[in-house]
Amino acid sequence: MEFETVIGLEVHVELLTKSKVFCSCTTEFGGEVNTHCCPVCLGMPGVLPVLNKKAVEYAIKAALALNCEIPEFSKFDRKNYFYPDLPKAYQISQYDLPLARKGYIEIEVDGKPKRIGINRIHLEEDAGKLIHEEGKSYSLVDLNRTGVPLIEIVSEPDIRTPEEAWLYLNKLKTILQYIEVSDCKMEEGSLRCDTNISLRPKGSDKFGTKVELKNLGSFRAVRRSLEYEERRQREILEQGGVIVQETRRWDEARGITIPLRSKEEAHDYRYFPDPDLVPIVIDREWVEKLKSELPELPDAKKKRYMEEYGLPAYDAGVLTASKALANFFEECVSQYHDPKTVSNWVMSEMLGILNETGREVDEIPFKPEQLVKMLKMIDSGTISGKIAKEVFRDMFDTGKDPEAIVKEKGLTQISDEKELEKIAKKVIEENPKSVEDYKKGKEKALGFLVGQVMKETRGKANPQLVNKILKELLG
Amino acid sequence: MKISIETVEHVANLARLYLSEEEKAEMAQTLSSILDYMDRLNELDTTDVPPTAHIVPIKNVFREDVVKESLPREEVLKNAPEKERGFFKVPRIIED
Ligand SMILES: [Zn+2]
Repeated sequence: MEFETVIGLEVHVELLTKSKVFCSCTTEFGGEVNTHCCPVCLGMPGVLPVLNKKAVEYAIKAALALNCEIPEFSKFDRKNYFYPDLPKAYQISQYDLPLARKGYIEIEVDGKPKRIGINRIHLEEDAGKLIHEEGKSYSLVDLNRTGVPLIEIVSEPDIRTPEEAWLYLNKLKTILQYIEVSDCKMEEGSLRCDTNISLRPKGSDKFGTKVELKNLGSFRAVRRSLEYEERRQREILEQGGVIVQETRRWDEARGITIPLRSKEEAHDYRYFPDPDLVPIVIDREWVEKLKSELPELPDAKKKRYMEEYGLPAYDAGVLTASKALANFFEECVSQYHDPKTVSNWVMSEMLGILNETGREVDEIPFKPEQLVKMLKMIDSGTISGKIAKEVFRDMFDTGKDPEAIVKEKGLTQISDEKELEKIAKKVIEENPKSVEDYKKGKEKALGFLVGQVMKETRGKANPQLVNKILKELLG
Repeated sequence: MKISIETVEHVANLARLYLSEEEKAEMAQTLSSILDYMDRLNELDTTDVPPTAHIVPIKNVFREDVVKESLPREEVLKNAPEKERGFFKVPRIIED
């Protein structure tokens, strides 16, 4: 039997507010243990949480960027459960009236756009951090993250492959980074993802039994764990078995999922409205104002790059996948006449070096102007395209101006005909065999001779000129 | 509506309450009578009454996103029965 995979994602994202969602403690990452806490986030009796307006605005902006509807009325509820990272024994969250509903993210599958629905987005508070040291009979708790604002983004079960899940996550991250509401760093826990996956006979409209996956430390882990789980469930079903509804943990080192010991009654949260927090009423004017503050989003930017700059879809997609990269590119283009040339340099040389060195766009030690200067030096014939690559790498290492590098290293292109003629003659003398070949009509031999002149000049000769001179000398 | 002893035990467990057999019986009865009263309220026609999440007619109480000083760590940990290296120390939570 052929099966269809159904995947849903729940993504938690920490918002970039300066203070926590219900108190004035800092949200700064990595402070001394238990020093970003106050009576409110410690859940002391008698305290009163007060909602951070910025957290609401960031959540609404995220919702708008993800094409959601923003209902007028929204409220907070208490989600009750006992866990040592949750000092109040309830999490302030939203149950039946979330801030946003019915959105979507567009991804590209086999060159065609596909919409993945978003069921809801709600605002809630983060929990603290638990540390389980090996061999100890106790756990340690740090409450610095307790009360940091989070949004939970719940997808519709529209995802059909692990690849689509991966694309969805990347797109989500790009959009949230564009609108600057979260830095989405999985390694710092500011973006977390749980998934659920089930299989059903192809063509069926009923869902199969789903399994939830946890402990996904990277987008790659999300994809690999889904691939593993898809295989595991298919094998069980093909042998006539049944899937047990359960939560499984991804074991990154072993590349498998294993059942989490199920906590009985874990899902009985007994939600009820939080009497400490009054409802939020979002008038349309407020929504419009926030909408007007949104920057150009990645899809719109990609489209513009194709139309305005005449870039191929692939280039436009790569350049707009990160806001920092798009900004760098646009800075260059505003000072240089040919976007495609800029795109080529950014996409091949720049991204190549970034990948190789594991650096981020914002760590590039030179400014867009400096890249533009270098491009202009190629245009004016001061350096060859080949030498430019060397100069470019040097700019990455030192942050120096291209002029300074060319001057220091003596890389200026040799366009002096007399000097080149001298070298060309020498090369002709030393390579009688190639000369003979060329005269017999082998065009390739000329290329070899040009190469030899380039070698003699350590790449500094103007290649067009060398070509011309050689042809003249060889008659 | 009849609340069973099992339901009382379930809810007590969720709330980490430890009840004696007599208390369980008493709770079952008290909760049943509260729910019966709710059933009586349900007889009222509330078609045109919006659901009430809050009894006070206030909305949109916000604070600005301004950081203020947190508590010194000694204060934070003051009520902790056990602590270590600045952390709260709790019974081990088994994750897998
Ligand atoms: Zn606090």
